[in-house]
Amino acid sequence: MRIAFQEHLKTLNRELHTMAEMVNRAIIRSVTALKERDVEEAKKIKKDDIHINNKRFEIEEQCIHLIATQQPVATQLREIIAVLNIITDLERMGDYAEGIAKIVIKLNGAESVKPLIDIPRMAEIATDMVTQSLDAFADRDVARAREITAMDDDVDDLYHQVIRELISIMIEDPRTITRCTYLMWVAHNLERIADRVTNICERIIFLVTGELVENIGKDQD
Amino acid sequence: MMNLIQSITSKVPSLPLFATSESRQASGAAEAGTSTGISGTSGTPGKEKAGKQLRMETRDLTVRYGSTVGVKNVSLPIYDNQVLALIGPSGCGKTTYLRALNRMHDLTRGASVTGSVLLDGKNIYDSEVNPVIIRRRIGMVFQKPTPFPTMSIYDNVVAGLKLVGIRKRSVLDVVCERALKQAALFDEVKDRLKSPGSSLSGGQQQRLSIARALAVGPEVLLMDEPTSSLDPQSTSRIEDLIHELKNQVTIVIVTHNMQQAARVSDNTAFFYVGDLIEYGPTSTLFTKPKETRTEEYITGRFG
Repeated sequence: MRIAFQEHLKTLNRELHTMAEMVNRAIIRSVTALKERDVEEAKKIKKDDIHINNKRFEIEEQCIHLIATQQPVATQLREIIAVLNIITDLERMGDYAEGIAKIVIKLNGAESVKPLIDIPRMAEIATDMVTQSLDAFADRDVARAREITAMDDDVDDLYHQVIRELISIMIEDPRTITRCTYLMWVAHNLERIADRVTNICERIIFLVTGELVENIGKDQD
Repeated sequence: MMNLIQSITSKVPSLPLFATSESRQASGAAEAGTSTGISGTSGTPGKEKAGKQLRMETRDLTVRYGSTVGVKNVSLPIYDNQVLALIGPSGCGKTTYLRALNRMHDLTRGASVTGSVLLDGKNIYDSEVNPVIIRRRIGMVFQKPTPFPTMSIYDNVVAGLKLVGIRKRSVLDVVCERALKQAALFDEVKDRLKSPGSSLSGGQQQRLSIARALAVGPEVLLMDEPTSSLDPQSTSRIEDLIHELKNQVTIVIVTHNMQQAARVSDNTAFFYVGDLIEYGPTSTLFTKPKETRTEEYITGRFG
């Protein structure tokens, strides 16, 4: 039943995956540029953010088209609304990646205050979370969505570790304050990206159960 | 077996009913061959055609009933393998326009048509054009299912072929099965092709009417409110069918149901008291209509 609509929904999901891949690539590229102090690459990443923004508008247009022409209800309506929310989160993640690239430009090849291990690790977990959340969305997998949310705690732990470490470096040598602050921003951006993934997970719950929930699988503190 | 079917189907288009002009004969063989859906020939012709191609076009089309003007100076493109929906409140001229597309007004007393209706660039109102052949190339499905009540399902489907003297059983069998499959009815009726057409449910009868229209291999299918007498489930089946058929034929559909127009069509034309108010891609018309009257109509403020 409703073959045309089903096809449209499939296309929409494919587009969503494409956008998630674009975002992940931007995150990985920006952290790699940071590690390699590659200002030229950072400039390119900054420029490429426009493609993510455009993709978001493209998908949004498709959602509007489907709502206007196909009169979606129930799960199908929730799916389209969920997609609209997810692309907003993805677009924002793209901005965070762009933010990291901007910091690479500001650092302008300056030597790093510390070996970069935790920050790339944060990026690795965050991008893994993005991929997994999109898979869980496609599979309508609520249990998996909750597991992914738990991964955010790992990113938070790394974040706090990085902050502590940077603070002690700054205390030891105030000349590093500027560079350390920049790295704090990078860590903060990655922490925000992982946080945005939990929003996607909340949308999976919404899609499957129709319930709008906040902070799933997290200790309320 | 495949060779046999191919030889039969390749014969069909060369029969007089499919051809009006030389150009049609040339392209007709290729098209009828591929659009059968039963032959082993590869590919779906509709999908592979690049971009939008004009199949029909009306230029300054005006239809009058006596002194009343039903449709005023309507110029519209009708693209190949796309669905055009005509919407508008009752009496807006959408059905009048549709009926002008295959010269149905020839049969209405007091009706006159001016302007032109081009099919593959040729005006179907030219004096040398045979309206009977036009109606085979441009088929029609009506609001109410119209099976011939005394005929079997089989005879209903092949009625158009018999009318032009095709009686060879093997040809009729192939065409009947093909048309019923195209109309997504075959599986439901294959064991009772000899039962009367009127024994089917309303939705099935409508698909039978569509199968009958498809049997003669039309290039364009006009549908006048094809689901208005059907329940939601049958309606949904017909809508899916429209989606599949557009790979093979060009479809123009009149519908009172705006949501249906939005669901099934690629382009939409909004009519109001005989005037074409707005025409454009369906998704644009339903999200960003240019005309205030279109906006008012599709949001339910009048009509």
